[in-house]
This record gives sequence, C-alpha cells and structure tokens, in this order.
Amino acid sequence: MTATAETAPVLALGDDALVLSHRLGEWAGHAPVLEEEVALANIALDLLGQARVLLSLVGDEDELAYLREERAFRNCQLVEQPNGDFAHTIARQLYFSTYQHLLYARLAAAGDGSGPLAALAAKAVKEVAYHQDHARQWTLRLGDGTDESHRRMQRGCESLWRFTGELFQPLGGAQGPAEDVRPGSRPGGVGDGGLGDGGLVVDWAALEADWLSSVTAVLEEATLSVPDGPRRGAWSAGAGRQGVHTEAFGRMLAEMQHLHRSHPGASW
Amino acid sequence: MSRSHTEGIRHAHADGTPQEGAPTADGRTTETGGQQAETGGRTAKTGGRTAEAGGRTGVPARPDGAATALEAELHRLAGAVPDPELPVLSLEELGVLRSVQVLGPDRVEVVLTPTYTGCPAVETMATDIERVLHAHGIPQVSVRRVLSPPWTTDDISQEGLRKLRESGIAPPRTRHAAGPVPVSLGPTRTRPGSSAGGGSSAGGGSSAGGASAPGRRPGHPCGPHGTAAVPKAVRCPHCGSADTELLSRFSSTACKALRRCLACREPFDHFKEL
Repeated sequence: MTATAETAPVLALGDDALVLSHRLGEWAGHAPVLEEEVALANIALDLLGQARVLLSLVGDEDELAYLREERAFRNCQLVEQPNGDFAHTIARQLYFSTYQHLLYARLAAAGDGSGPLAALAAKAVKEVAYHQDHARQWTLRLGDGTDESHRRMQRGCESLWRFTGELFQPLGGAQGPAEDVRPGSRPGGVGDGGLGDGGLVVDWAALEADWLSSVTAVLEEATLSVPDGPRRGAWSAGAGRQGVHTEAFGRMLAEMQHLHRSHPGASW
Repeated sequence: MSRSHTEGIRHAHADGTPQEGAPTADGRTTETGGQQAETGGRTAKTGGRTAEAGGRTGVPARPDGAATALEAELHRLAGAVPDPELPVLSLEELGVLRSVQVLGPDRVEVVLTPTYTGCPAVETMATDIERVLHAHGIPQVSVRRVLSPPWTTDDISQEGLRKLRESGIAPPRTRHAAGPVPVSLGPTRTRPGSSAGGGSSAGGGSSAGGASAPGRRPGHPCGPHGTAAVPKAVRCPHCGSADTELLSRFSSTACKALRRCLACREPFDHFKEL
C-alpha cells in the first residue's frame, strides 16, 4: 500500500479514526459504569463511520483495515496508545478530540481546498464536538474530583503529552526520516500546503496554538497542571505518520485483524 | 489564509443554512455528487456511480414542481419507509431522504444522507427502500449515500418532532441558526440548590452559568461563553417538566442523550441537536 501525495492525508485521518475506534471498543464490558460503556461505544461508532468513509476514498475499506501490515498504517501514535485506566483514556480523548475538532473545522471551512475531505469534515465536525464535550466534562470531573481521581487524571495527561506534538505534522509526510517533518523543522512555509500535505491547506502552527490554548483552558479549569514535558525533539514520541508505531500497536492490530485474516471474506 | 478561517466557517454554514428554504434537494445532491461518489462503497458499484454522478452534474437541477408524477409518487413511497431505529418516524419526517430520480425506464436512484457518519441504520434504510420500490414495479433501484450538505436535527419535520415527543423521546431543541454544535461546559444537573457529583461540575457550572445565564434555568446546559442564545430547557416528554438532568451524553444510539426528569423521576432519551 503506497499512498500518493493526494491520498496520504486521507489515509492518515482514516487510520486515526479506525485505530481510536478500536481502542475505545476495547472498553466494552470494562467501563466503570454502564452509561460510560455506552458513551465510549457510541464515540467509537462515530469514529468507525468516519474511518469507513475516509478509507473508502483511498481504496477498499476492508483491505485497508484488515490486510495492511503495521508499517503501512499512518495513524498518529497517540491513538494507538493502550487504554490504561479510565482517566488515561479520557486524557487521550481530550487531546485527540480537541485536535480532530479544530482540524475538521478548518478542513470544512476550506471547502474545495480540502478536496475529498471537505464533505466528511463538514459532517464529522459536529459529531466530534460531542466527543470533545464528553472528554472535557470528564476531565473536569476527574481533575477537580477526589484526590485519587485528580492524581490519575494528572498522570494520564502527563504520560500522553509527548505524543501530542505529532498531531501537528503535515499529514502527507511519508518520506524522509522522522526528524525532518517535525513541527518547526519542516521544509516549506506555514500553509504552503503543497509540500507533504497532499494539497491540503492547513496552517499547522495556528492549529497547534489553538489546540494548546483549548487544552490548557480545560486542564486549568480542572485544577490540573499543564504537563511540561517535551512535545517535540528527541525526547518526544511520534513517527506514526511515517509508519513507525509503538509496541502496543502490533498487538492491537493482531487482535483487530485476526478474524478477517483467518476467515477471508467471511460475513454474517 | 489563517485569518479567514473563522469567516470560512461561518460562510460554510451560511451556505448550508438556506437549505431549509430551498424548495428541492436536487441542487445539493448534484453539487455533491462528484465528491461523494466513492464514499458509499457498500451501497452501489463505484464505477457506474461515479459516471452517473459526473453526468448528472451537467443536468440543471429541476425545481420541485418539475418532478414527474412518477417521481413524486416514488418519493412518497420511499419517504414513508419507517426509520429502523425510530420506527415512529418515517424517513421523510427524519429528513434523510434527499431525492428520488427516475434515470431510465426501469431505473431509479434514491439519494439518502445518514444522520451520523457511522449510523448503522443507513444500510437497513437502503434495503427497505429498495424493497418498497421493487414492490412498486421498479426493477432497478440504486440508493446513493451523500454526506453533503450534512444532515442536521433541523431537518426533522414538525410532524417528526411531535411524534418523537409522543413516543417518549425529547425532540431536539430548535435551530441553532449556524455553526457547529455549541459545546457546553456546564453542570449536568441544573436543579437549583443541588450539587453535581464530585463538586467539579458544579464548580465549573456555576461560573459558566453565572456568566451566561443569571437565572440558572432548570435544564439549561449552560453555554460556556454566553455568546450564543441560551438554549431552551429539555423538557420531559412524559410530564412536560423542564426540571431535567443529563445522565449521559450518549444513550442507546449516538444521536440520543440519556436524561432523567427530576419531577416525575422517569429517565428518557433526548434526541441531541446536531
């Protein structure tokens, strides 16, 4: 599977949605309360719907989801991180849904400038607004809750912080070593859109600034401190857009793909 | 570029908003046909669909009155199909049926839009529509799925809203004029004097509520910035009380939230504004 310059961003966003959907689905049967189980499953369903549309723009959705090897996935490393405890999942949701909401709003606003992504972005931005709301509410409740919930929420936010810099890489950068496409060191000017972004026009620096201010506001209101660890550079994480993934991702894929691979073409 | 982002957003929604007044869905589907041609991989064959969509873009959209009698009849039949998850509503009342077009002597294309991108009911809707139109003597029925312009709860008809309420589901509140769904940071529980669980939501809510809604109306989800119009309370579909609380943002389906009435104590689903 080689993505062209035009399909690379679609594939990256499709993989984000697919992988996070699967991770959230893992909560079925394990969530702390029934309402949350249903909520996480519904968010997973929204993301799966987005993934199906996006992957279908690139090729056959089933082949892409079930028959690719780990290195062919272009999702960011944040979404593949294991669920951890509930606070950890909520921290992942807060970081990712805030990013997705800001990005989809821009893609929807750019209209034709977003190419095939425009229609999906305009549709999904409204769904993602609810995901973000869900994550914010829980962040507030856990952060400003008991000592234990505060401690765990803080821990979740901190352990995932180093994965958040990757979100603001241009989406098409499949070539070159990972260091070259990190924010701040990428070639080309802001919003040039033609280099490694498949023609998308996204001002990644502005997106990152908005993301930081939105996440900071929620964390502060939740009495949590904004993590001060690195989000870029040698001690940060994130080369998922180049197909380099963390250890847990292989096991997740094995579980996600084994049925389809064991029984090709099976249906019910 | 960056400076125009927000203008762009407003513009995009301004584009979408007049749809309510537009007499027909034809214009929007032909506009989006090209873009969406490949998204519904499960519904129809890709190759043929792309060609059709491309071809139809050249055909000027007909005003509603120009639909043939057959098309109107088929639209009525397809529109009368009940929603698989909310069978009290027809597809027409739900507002997901975009157009029905006769493409040839035996060939009809139906255009559907999903409520949510991942709504699993769309496939059942398509099958049901095909069955009904087959029974009406149309041998070839293709159901095409489009995302654009996005469906909103404003597309539910007045009749649909009434039926929802009668079946125990609080209908979506009307009409955020434009823009994405306002994200609220308020308390889930709005009864005066009660404290939300953990104290956190209450803390967050009282500041937000104080800023935007001095009265702290029951059931008011507290817009965080106080800019948008204060949403109306979600009323209990059973007793009509506005004193209700949110239990979960996601209920039996993604399109509904779970609430509880604090007057009659009944839990109920609320069709979320989208």
